[in-house]
Amino acid sequence: MKADIRVALVGNPNTGKSTLFNVLTGLNQKIGNFPGVTVDKKVGYCTLPDGRRAEIIDLPGTYSIYPKSQDESIVFSVLADKTNPHTPDLVVIILDASNLKRNLLLYSQVADLKIPVIVALNMMDMAKKADITIDVDLFAKKLGVPVVPISARKVEGVDQLKTAISFANKIALQEDSIDVSAIAPEMVAAISRELHIDNPYLALQFAHQHETITFLSPAENERIEALEKEFSFNSQKAQGAETIARYAFINDLLYDTVKKPVTAQDETFSNKIDKILTHKVLGFFIFFAVLMFMFQAIFSWSAYPMALIASAFVWVQDSLHHILPAGPLTSLLVDGVIAGLSGVMVFIPQIAILFAFISILEDTGYMSRVTFMMDKLMRKVGLNGKSVVPLIGGFACAVPSIMSTRNIENWKDRMITILVTPLVTCSARLPVYTLLIALVVPNRNVWWLFNMQGLALTGMYVFSLVSAIVVAYVFKFILKGKERGYFIMELPVYRMPRWSNVLYSMYERSKAFVFQAGKVIIAVSVILWVMASYGPGDRFAKIDQRYSQAQYKQTMSADSLSRAISSAKLENSYAGVLGHVIEPVIRPLGFDWKIGIALITSFAAREVFVGTMATIYSVNGSAEKMESVYEKMHEAKNPQTGQPVFTLAVAFSLMMFYAFAMQCASTVAVVYRETKNWRWPAIQFAYMTVLAYAASFITYNLLK
Amino acid sequence: MRLSQLEVGETGIVKEFTDLEMSVKLMEMGCLPGEPIKVERIAPLGDPIAINVSGYQLSLRKREAFTIVLQ
Repeated sequence: MKADIRVALVGNPNTGKSTLFNVLTGLNQKIGNFPGVTVDKKVGYCTLPDGRRAEIIDLPGTYSIYPKSQDESIVFSVLADKTNPHTPDLVVIILDASNLKRNLLLYSQVADLKIPVIVALNMMDMAKKADITIDVDLFAKKLGVPVVPISARKVEGVDQLKTAISFANKIALQEDSIDVSAIAPEMVAAISRELHIDNPYLALQFAHQHETITFLSPAENERIEALEKEFSFNSQKAQGAETIARYAFINDLLYDTVKKPVTAQDETFSNKIDKILTHKVLGFFIFFAVLMFMFQAIFSWSAYPMALIASAFVWVQDSLHHILPAGPLTSLLVDGVIAGLSGVMVFIPQIAILFAFISILEDTGYMSRVTFMMDKLMRKVGLNGKSVVPLIGGFACAVPSIMSTRNIENWKDRMITILVTPLVTCSARLPVYTLLIALVVPNRNVWWLFNMQGLALTGMYVFSLVSAIVVAYVFKFILKGKERGYFIMELPVYRMPRWSNVLYSMYERSKAFVFQAGKVIIAVSVILWVMASYGPGDRFAKIDQRYSQAQYKQTMSADSLSRAISSAKLENSYAGVLGHVIEPVIRPLGFDWKIGIALITSFAAREVFVGTMATIYSVNGSAEKMESVYEKMHEAKNPQTGQPVFTLAVAFSLMMFYAFAMQCASTVAVVYRETKNWRWPAIQFAYMTVLAYAASFITYNLLK
Repeated sequence: MRLSQLEVGETGIVKEFTDLEMSVKLMEMGCLPGEPIKVERIAPLGDPIAINVSGYQLSLRKREAFTIVLQ
C-alpha cells in the first residue's frame, strides 16, 4: 500500500506505545520482518484529517538509542539509515507524562538526530491523578516541537495528534539539547567530514554503533574504526558523559514546566498491591494460583473450540470426498492439504487463550513482578524469571508457549527457554500416555487412595518438568551469550488491562502462527500423506488384486475388508517400508516395525500415534476407538516368541521416547519462526532425538 | 557504603559507580550521581531488589546494586 507520509512511533516500554498504535491503525496493520533480524516489524495505516494516508511503523520500545538487545538496535537503524526506503519522514515520540524525566532521555537522543519530531504526551490522566501539573505550552516552546497531550487508553487527544501529524514540518525544528561536539570534538569532526554527515550526533552514533548497524559500507566501517583508534575514543566513557549531560538538560527543562506535589505520597496504590503480590509466602501462593488457572484455562476452555474446528474440518473432508471424484488429486487435497490445514487451525484456541493471559499479565504490570520474584530461582538453572510462563504453558502446548518467549529480552535465556519448553508434557502426549499406561499399569489403588494409573501419569508430568530443568542447566554451560547477563528492569505501576489490547494480541499472534508456521506444517502433512498413501513399485496394485479375489469378498464383510486393505496398504506404503527399514535401529528400544510406522506418521503430531495404531491393527469403528485400539494392542503377540508385544518394558520405553522426541512438526515450525534460523530447530531436534533414544534404551533394558 | 547494603525503607544518594559498563546502563535508567535512592522492597528469595529512583521503580540484582557507591 502506498502512503503519503511515513511515521515512526518511538518510546520507552510501558508508555502505551502499542495502545496508541492500535488506536491509530485499528485492524489495518500487518506484521513483517526487519531484514536480517528476528524482530517483528509492525506496520499499520491511518487516514489523516486532510485525507492523506500515513504509514505508521511501531518500533520496539527502548529506554535509549543505545541498544541493549536486537529489538532495540532496530530503532537506531530505522531512524539513521537515510538510504533505506522505510526511513520515516516523521517521528512521534510517546512520553509517559507521569514519568517524564526518564522518558525524556530517549526524546533528547532522537531529537538530536534532527528528524522532524512530534511529542505525544501520553497518560495525562495518570499524571493528573498523581497531582503532576505540566505547562504544555512552555514545554513545547522550550523543546521547539509540537507537543500533543493524549490519553491513548481513553482515546483522548488522538484526533489532535493526527492533525499534528498532518501539519508536521518536513524539516526538523527542535532546539539542540546538548552540545554533542563537546563529547569527542576532533573525532566527530573527522567522521562528519569523511562520511559527508552534516549532523554531529549521527556521526557520534556511527562511532558507537558502527559494528552492529548494517547499512555502512565496509570501507566506511574501516575508516570509522581507524578514526576511533586515532582519537582514542572510549565508547562507554563517552556514552556516560553524554547521559550525564542529557539529564542536566532534562532537569533544566523540567524545572519550570512540571510541578510535582512537594510531599510525595509515600504509600502509593501500586506499593500496596506489591506488598501482597510480592509477599514472601502469599506472593508465591498467588503466582502459583494464577499459573494453575492459566493452565486449566488453556486446557479446558480450548477443548470445545478445538473439537469444533476439528469436526468442521472432518465435515469438509467428508463432503469433499462425496462431491469430488475419487482419485489421487482429491486425496491429496482432502487428506493431505486440508488435513494439514486442520492441524494448523486447531492450535488457534490455545494460542489465543495463552496470549490473552500473557497480554493481561503484561498490561497490568504483574509479569515484571513474576520476573522479580522468580529471577533468583530460575537464574540458577540458566533460565529467566519470565521463563516460568512458557514452561507452564508447555503443559498445554509448546507452540503458543514458544511464541510467548518473545518477552524474554536476554538472548541466551530466551534460546534456552525455547530449547527446553517442548520437553514439558503437552496435551498431545496425553492420549499416547493414557493408552500405553492403560495397557500395562493395573487399574488398582495403592495406599487406599492413589490410583496406580494416575500415579504413573503424574509421574510422567513431574518427570518432564524435571528433565526440562536439567537440560536447561546443561545448556547454560553450552550456549555462549552475546550479551552480558544483567537485570536492570523497570517495575511499572499496576494498571487495569486494556481489553482491546488483549483482543489485538490474541488476533495478531494467531494470525502470525497461521501464516508463518502454517506453511511448514502443511508441507510436512503433505509429505507424510504421500508417504502413507503411496508404496514403492506395484505393491499397492498387488494388494488391490489380492483382496479383489472372490474368497475375501465371500468370507469378509465390506467393512472389515476395507480395513484389511488399509492395514495392508499402510504396511506396504513408503512409511511402512521405512518402518521396516528403521526396525533394526529401534529394536534395542523394544519397538517392532509396526511401532516404527507409528513413530514416522506421528512426526507431524504425537496424537497421530493412536490413529496409526488403529489403522495398523485394523481397528473398526471410530466411536470407541480408544477402547478398541487398547484391546487390539493388548492382544498383539510377537509372531516369533508368542509373547505380548506391549509389555511393561515396551510401553514405558515408548512413553520415554514420546517424552523426549520432537514428534511435532508445529513446534519445529514455530521454533524456526521465532529464531528465524534453521540451526535452532535442528539443534533442538538433534538433542531431543538423542535423549529420546537413550532414555528409551535405558528404560527398556532396565524393565525387560 | 554500597546500595546492596541498604535495608528496605532506607535511602541514600548515588555518589559513583565501580563498573563502567554497568554505570552506563544504570545512568540511562535515571540512576545518576546526585540522585536520591530508596530501597522499596527485596524479592522473596532475597534477590533482586526494587528501588525508587527518578520517580519510578527499578529492579536490579544485588550484584548490580553492589556497583553503586552511595554518598
